[in-house]
Amino acid sequence: MNAVVEEHHDDHHDHGPAKGITRWLYTTNHKDIGTLYLWFSFAMFFVGGICALGIRAELFQPGLQIVQPELFNQLTTMHGLIMVFGAVMPAFVGLANWLVPMMIGAPDMALPRMNNYSFWILPFAFGMLLSTFFMEGGAPNYGWTFYAPLSTEYAPPSVTFFIFAVHLMGISSIMGSINVIVTILNMRAPGMTLMQMPLFVWTWLITAYLLIAVMPVLAGVVTMMLMDIHFGTAFFNAAGGGDPVLFQHVFWFFGHPEVYIMILPAFGVVSAIIPTFARKKLFGYDSMVYATASIAFLSFIVWAHHMFTVGIPLAGELYFMYATMVIAVPTGVKVFNWVATMWQGSMTFETPMLFAIAFVILFTIGGFSGLMLSIVPADFQYHDTYFVVAHFHYVLVPGSIFSIMAAVYYWLPKWTGNMYDETLGKTHFWLSFVGINVTFFPQHFIGLAGMPRRIPDYALQFADWNMVSSCGAFLFGFSQLLFLFIIIKCIRGGQRATERVWDGARGLEWTIPSPAPYHTFSTPPKDMAEAHG
Amino acid sequence: MLEAQGKKKGVLKLISIVFGMFAFGFMLVPLYDIVCEITGFNGKTAGAYKLSGEEALDENRLVTVQFLTNRNANMAWSFRPEVRSVKVVPGVLNEAQFFVRNETESTMVGKAIPSVTPFKAADFLHKTECFCFESQELKKGEELNMPLRFIVDRDIPRDVDRLTLSYTLYDITGSTEIASR
Amino acid sequence: MNNLKQLRRFFLWPTLLFCHTASADFSFWNLRKGVTEISREVYDLHMLIFYICCVIGVIVFGAMIVSMILHRKSLGAEPATFHESTKLEVAWTIIPIVILIGMAVPATSTLRDMYEPGEPDLDVEVRGYQWKWQYTYLNDDPSKEIQFMSALRTPQDEIQNRAGKGEHYLLDVDNPLVVPVNKRIRFLITSNDVIHSFWVPDFAVKKDAIPGFVHESWAIVEEPGIYRGQCAELCGKDHGFMPIVVHAMEQEDYDKWVIEKQDEAAKVFEIVGKSWSTDELIAKGEEVYARNCVACHQTNGQGIPPAFPSLVGQGIPVGPIADHIDILLYGRAGTAMQAFGQQLNAAEIAAVVTYTRNAWGNNMQDSVQPKEINVMMASQ
Repeated sequence: MNAVVEEHHDDHHDHGPAKGITRWLYTTNHKDIGTLYLWFSFAMFFVGGICALGIRAELFQPGLQIVQPELFNQLTTMHGLIMVFGAVMPAFVGLANWLVPMMIGAPDMALPRMNNYSFWILPFAFGMLLSTFFMEGGAPNYGWTFYAPLSTEYAPPSVTFFIFAVHLMGISSIMGSINVIVTILNMRAPGMTLMQMPLFVWTWLITAYLLIAVMPVLAGVVTMMLMDIHFGTAFFNAAGGGDPVLFQHVFWFFGHPEVYIMILPAFGVVSAIIPTFARKKLFGYDSMVYATASIAFLSFIVWAHHMFTVGIPLAGELYFMYATMVIAVPTGVKVFNWVATMWQGSMTFETPMLFAIAFVILFTIGGFSGLMLSIVPADFQYHDTYFVVAHFHYVLVPGSIFSIMAAVYYWLPKWTGNMYDETLGKTHFWLSFVGINVTFFPQHFIGLAGMPRRIPDYALQFADWNMVSSCGAFLFGFSQLLFLFIIIKCIRGGQRATERVWDGARGLEWTIPSPAPYHTFSTPPKDMAEAHG
Repeated sequence: MLEAQGKKKGVLKLISIVFGMFAFGFMLVPLYDIVCEITGFNGKTAGAYKLSGEEALDENRLVTVQFLTNRNANMAWSFRPEVRSVKVVPGVLNEAQFFVRNETESTMVGKAIPSVTPFKAADFLHKTECFCFESQELKKGEELNMPLRFIVDRDIPRDVDRLTLSYTLYDITGSTEIASR
Repeated sequence: MNNLKQLRRFFLWPTLLFCHTASADFSFWNLRKGVTEISREVYDLHMLIFYICCVIGVIVFGAMIVSMILHRKSLGAEPATFHESTKLEVAWTIIPIVILIGMAVPATSTLRDMYEPGEPDLDVEVRGYQWKWQYTYLNDDPSKEIQFMSALRTPQDEIQNRAGKGEHYLLDVDNPLVVPVNKRIRFLITSNDVIHSFWVPDFAVKKDAIPGFVHESWAIVEEPGIYRGQCAELCGKDHGFMPIVVHAMEQEDYDKWVIEKQDEAAKVFEIVGKSWSTDELIAKGEEVYARNCVACHQTNGQGIPPAFPSLVGQGIPVGPIADHIDILLYGRAGTAMQAFGQQLNAAEIAAVVTYTRNAWGNNMQDSVQPKEINVMMASQ
């Protein structure tokens, strides 16, 4: 069945992209904006990665060799901020921009100009944030979670710029989310009901609601900080009747949904890739939607599991423990559904599938350590140690980051029209897989053995595993240069990609030419059988 | 025509939502007070205590109230309780004295902030007269005895035998906004 | 048959690896069992949850690995067409819920044990500073209270790699927290500046130190020994350099230590620690005067001029306080006025100065603190 949409028979002229740099400054095209987000996030991934290598270089051996504690605290803080707000979130927004309109048969996002603004805020925000390294007092040094009063009364002068950068990023995310929701709710091709959308679109719909709900809370907490620092208020200062723990409550009310914001689109990506390479429909589509929605809802009511040691009364600790444990149920459902998709499929293991399968296994390991962390009495031994660091790196790196890499490999042929080099792709995968596990698995051990987080130097019993972890970090870090090479090589040329690209792929984006034309679905697709794999 | 009207309506709705949200923000100040009063959440210790006067006091039940005093950061005043702890009968009015002295060369303003542990005891400690949250201005060398009058609620759970009231003294000389609260 | 062999090998190896049992003292890669009943409960809970996760992992990853081996296109596998099953969805929702309840029960029990109230045998205030700890052994008798700072002892030379690192690198302090074994110790935890966190892994005690607020935790240490922990909340530059060392001793040894410290503390307290109110100074000054000054200056202060000047309304007691202190400390050459700085301690000097300046109608309304005198005496 020929499902190619015949663009060139449309009424209006398709004049393609503008020429030169203004194309990128003024574009309202979702594909261009997606590309901008993805390249921006890749650049930030390297910047955040350099911070990480600075950290791991210092932690290679006990003693202070490379950086002093003041700079170390800046590196850990900026590594977190850049990776969370500059790498992971923009990458997923980039994927949303590229894919959501095509997946639902829409010509573009609902609000294309706002889409452009949403992106261009980010380079300014991060320029400001990174420039704090060169300010007096240095960059933010209070952890990416910036607890008060360390981040208010005791912060370096750059804290004000940090606050403004966070405001800008928040505005970008909120505008982007509005765009996503309006697009998905209003611009689906006729015949595509909500329960027929690809799961990636569902996960982004839900993620966008989470963003709209919690980014204003983040804006609120940094504004309260600003007030405390500059305008004599005492939100987080006991002297004026305030409470530093208030900061933690408000921050984590944002912070917990934030981490689900960083993983739900990953679930969507994996739910697109595994069925393709197993040549079998996604198992339990409806359950997957309900599970994603449950996770999103639950994410609002568990925030204090980041605060078990602040002195919450027994009833509070029990409630948050139970609520957090409950999240394991829908998450488990999703994992079982992926495995059931694989089961009795007909699998091939191209690079996207390798990343997707590694995601399922390694994210699940991160989920296990998360379950362990939810057990309050045990958490008293894990909290603020490397056990937590291991947990969140497992869910974020072989979790979110692997899913982004999987997505890039999966859709790059659609975006560029060329197949990437499969051998190099697999090499990149295996180097990353080994690198990640060598880096982060030993961190479980040192955390249990008693090493706290955010320290530039450590006692001798932690030395061996730290050295191993640092080796893994350098392996993983440098392997990403190979990823950069693969992408550039693919853009410049390679085996020509077909429309379908992957024989098991299903979805509207696989019914249009590769590379995808500048404007797609200017008229809605007629054949909707393709729409849901 | 109709489309323009529809747009106008939409814009008006959105603007009124914005104003509504601002108004709600301002109303939150009295709203918070009302909600705190109704629910009893006021963060610190319970306030006025109504002695029901009907049941006899259990003279044999004693609760130890321990006093901690601390000075925050570089606050250079001396600050100590007259006694470290006192055993009280729940329901009886007690008094404890606290001594502060400005040891520095200049006039300063201090403020003592209370905190109670264990958590469940906080609701059962009623401070009928307290110097907490009050700005105290002391000249160089000036000293002051600050009284605390309190009652431990008769209904304090049986398993709470001891509670600790800690005061942290802050230097608020430079922070006029905090001082004025 | 070949596939099954491969399968068996795949199953065995990760199972062994994951279910490695850690020994109690060996903290190379696991929690310690610790030395309190609570810490052992926590360790057992941790291992239980860990084993359950291992079993679930083996099942799920096992299924994935089996599938990856058997259900490949390269082996000619044809994809099945099933893509939903309500029964399965219900099953793998209910079973995890049951497992979670199984985990929640012991977790709840251990947490309730941690929150169990009890009469403490010892109250210690733990105050976090940037970047050290202060411990105060609370006592109803203020002169018996013991208070000291506990700071990192590892020298900068070791940290900056100019010298070899000692055994307890970064985990050694000048003044450890000393506690008796088998007694309930209540920790009252607060902070002087930013949020810190008091963590002793061997006790399974971790509680944040919040400025302006006090929280409590407790431990009953069952074995004598030295237990080391660290600050567990980012608190600035030297967050990694403010360890906690607890030295748990048998009751007898602890009592000896306490007496030693109290003696030291009493001396320090009287002279330097306490800030005296004017009334207290005057009261003590009267005693000091009675013991040391009445012989010459008489009870009514009028002395026996000219050899022993009157102190009432004239001369040194109503002049500048600095001169008054000076004559008390250093005496006056060529007269009978001795250098009392060599006979009396700083508290006594401060008291008698204050007394004589305010008694007999002198009413100078000023005073001097023992700690100021102490500074002057120390600089002699």
